[in-house]
Amino acid sequence: MVRTSALTRYLGMLAAVAAMFAALLLAAPAASATTATPDASPSATSPAPGADYRDRISGVIKNEGTPLEGVKITATGNGYEGEAVTGANGSWSIGVPQQGAYEVELDESTLPDGVALAEGQENPRTVTFANTTNITTLFLLGEGIVLQEESFGSLLLERAVAGLSFGLLLALSAVGLSLIFGTTGLTNFAHGEMVTLGAILAFAFASLGMPLWVALPLAVVGGAAFGYVQDAGIWKPLRRRGTGLVPMMIVSIGLAVAVRYTVLFFFGGGTQQLPGSQSPILELGPVSIPRNTLVSLIVSLAVILVVALLLLRTRIGKATRAVADNPALAAASGIDVDRVIRLVWVIGGALAAMGGILWAYYRPGVSFNMGQQILLLIFAGVTLGGLGTVFGALVGSVLVGLFVEISTLWLEADLKYVGALVIMILVLLVRPQGLLGRRERIG
Amino acid sequence: MDFANILLGAFTEIISPTTAAYALAALGLAVHFGYTGLLNFGQAGFMAVGAYGFAIPILSFNAPLPLALLIALLASAVFAVILGIPTLRLRADYLAIVTIAAAEIIRYIVTTNSMTPVTGSANGLAAFTGSFYALNPIPAGSYSLGPVSMNERDLWIRLVAWSLVALACLLVWMLIRSPWGRVLKGIREDENAVRALGKNVYAYKMQALVIGGLLGSLAGIIFTLPRDAVQPANYGTELTFYLYTALLLGGMSTVLGPVLGSMIFWAILSVTQGLLYGAIESGYITFITTTQAGQIRYILVGVALMLLMIFRPQGILGNKKELSFA
Repeated sequence: MVRTSALTRYLGMLAAVAAMFAALLLAAPAASATTATPDASPSATSPAPGADYRDRISGVIKNEGTPLEGVKITATGNGYEGEAVTGANGSWSIGVPQQGAYEVELDESTLPDGVALAEGQENPRTVTFANTTNITTLFLLGEGIVLQEESFGSLLLERAVAGLSFGLLLALSAVGLSLIFGTTGLTNFAHGEMVTLGAILAFAFASLGMPLWVALPLAVVGGAAFGYVQDAGIWKPLRRRGTGLVPMMIVSIGLAVAVRYTVLFFFGGGTQQLPGSQSPILELGPVSIPRNTLVSLIVSLAVILVVALLLLRTRIGKATRAVADNPALAAASGIDVDRVIRLVWVIGGALAAMGGILWAYYRPGVSFNMGQQILLLIFAGVTLGGLGTVFGALVGSVLVGLFVEISTLWLEADLKYVGALVIMILVLLVRPQGLLGRRERIG
Repeated sequence: MDFANILLGAFTEIISPTTAAYALAALGLAVHFGYTGLLNFGQAGFMAVGAYGFAIPILSFNAPLPLALLIALLASAVFAVILGIPTLRLRADYLAIVTIAAAEIIRYIVTTNSMTPVTGSANGLAAFTGSFYALNPIPAGSYSLGPVSMNERDLWIRLVAWSLVALACLLVWMLIRSPWGRVLKGIREDENAVRALGKNVYAYKMQALVIGGLLGSLAGIIFTLPRDAVQPANYGTELTFYLYTALLLGGMSTVLGPVLGSMIFWAILSVTQGLLYGAIESGYITFITTTQAGQIRYILVGVALMLLMIFRPQGILGNKKELSFA
């Protein structure tokens, strides 16, 4: 008897996992079907230098989506020098006689006025052929470079507002992660994939032609459903079996890898934009801030307030906190622990999806590994605040967001996440339970 | 579909130096996780420290091979100690988060543009294995190992890699059956009991972290040698997860488990690739591209990791009684 029921449970579990991937399957082909970006092909360039060479270096020069014509690019190396000028579609291509390393330089004087290379764009740069006959190198342009002199104060304020917005969107995901940890003890490495899924679903619904006000809420509902299915299909059966926390953590890693590559399978490795990803820059007193960043800040603040109110004021919120404190005692006093945990997964999934959509607008862009990119920052926020505490997660995430953005005033932009991670490790050294955590949690 | 070719591909993978590197790194994880119970999710970071610690001295100041090797291993030991100080007193999940964060910090630092002259940033470093291949005593020519034929260079790296794996296995086996190893297992089972016996648990954990980390760094060096290049993108968190898959496949509290696990991991990846590509080429499967076929394999890796952990956490060679968390 016992054996059969155990067997059916496993089968149910596998079926649920299968259903989950099937759901992804249904959602994604639509996305991939409509996302073929009409990228200018290098062959359209006229007249291509060294056209008779098989090995080519090429790229496209665009400024905020508009191709730039007449930008001069040179490639030197291996005793050869080639030169190309971008065509009407912004593309350029230089044929080279042999494979090897070449130095590619963009002639910045041929760029239109007010346009410059984006920060951190190497020029000239060295490119090396690696087993392919064509290498692509992109020179990214940015508008933020020809800055009028800004005072340090307003720069700091701008970074702080951006950091607050980033921190709050991290907090959306972190609160879910922390709730899940608090009630089940699971450190969920698949949380980054829940973030990705929110953005991917929003993109899929939007490219089906739905207006944004339908697509985004639907994506959040999808995220909630993913949370529910995950709990029902994987985590609840594992809890029933009495699986330890470390094996569950490793299972969540397996899930993360599987979901990430499933998304990659259907969505592809490229980056796509949600509708409205280009937003005007608003001037608020001394601060200029993209409208999306401001909207994101307000939305996440409102949502977090609602979640906090639910936790503090409602019966189910109280029950959730009770389960987080002591599941056995909560069960003994008549709280349906499984129901609370199911709810926590649903809310955690919805919040993560929301965080994913906002992250897609903040980056900006939707890609298969976008959740993985911020997973460690979410962890940093949660650990900083104290694992398992909801308000700690909020405070920790906001601190991480502020730190990441403000540190770019001094730190290289490609090192900005390092600072936050180092801070997390240092805090663990001094105060391992986190800012708002309790000592007994650290073992 | 050419099944003989697919099997040949799998055999080539089994004896490849990359598989040896995986085996070494997974053996390090067995010391960490399987024997001591330390949940190190930063093995990719140790591999990166090894690879860069080896390549940078050679390229930057023309260090001779033994010196470069020494620097790499020293850097790895220092990395382990720095990592251990804040985390070894904490619970397993904290250690997991901190080690994965530390590995990412390493990756960000070697990728940053401000360090390009030293680390080569995203392009990485290349052409630093000359002194290693100069040691090759094997005369030039074509050699065949079973059905696989290779040149003297391939044979040399395979010989070195697999001898290292064998040596490391012997070392770990001897360590674990020594009194020192029994203390490690004791820590895995019950830290407080070991502490009650007057053992300095913290010191033992630190020693285990350093030894496993050294194995990881050696693996990092072996991993770069056949490629003659080191690129930061290779050392992401996924590498650690694949190592865990290999480790759990073979058996995490065994010496030969990590080696067997790595061989099976790469053999299965190779066979599934061969089958999928074959099926696509001969038109049995029309709805996916070969790129997507490559991705399917990694979906399978993730699912395999989940299923292994749920249904056979002790792996192929392991003993369920040895699981500290069963």
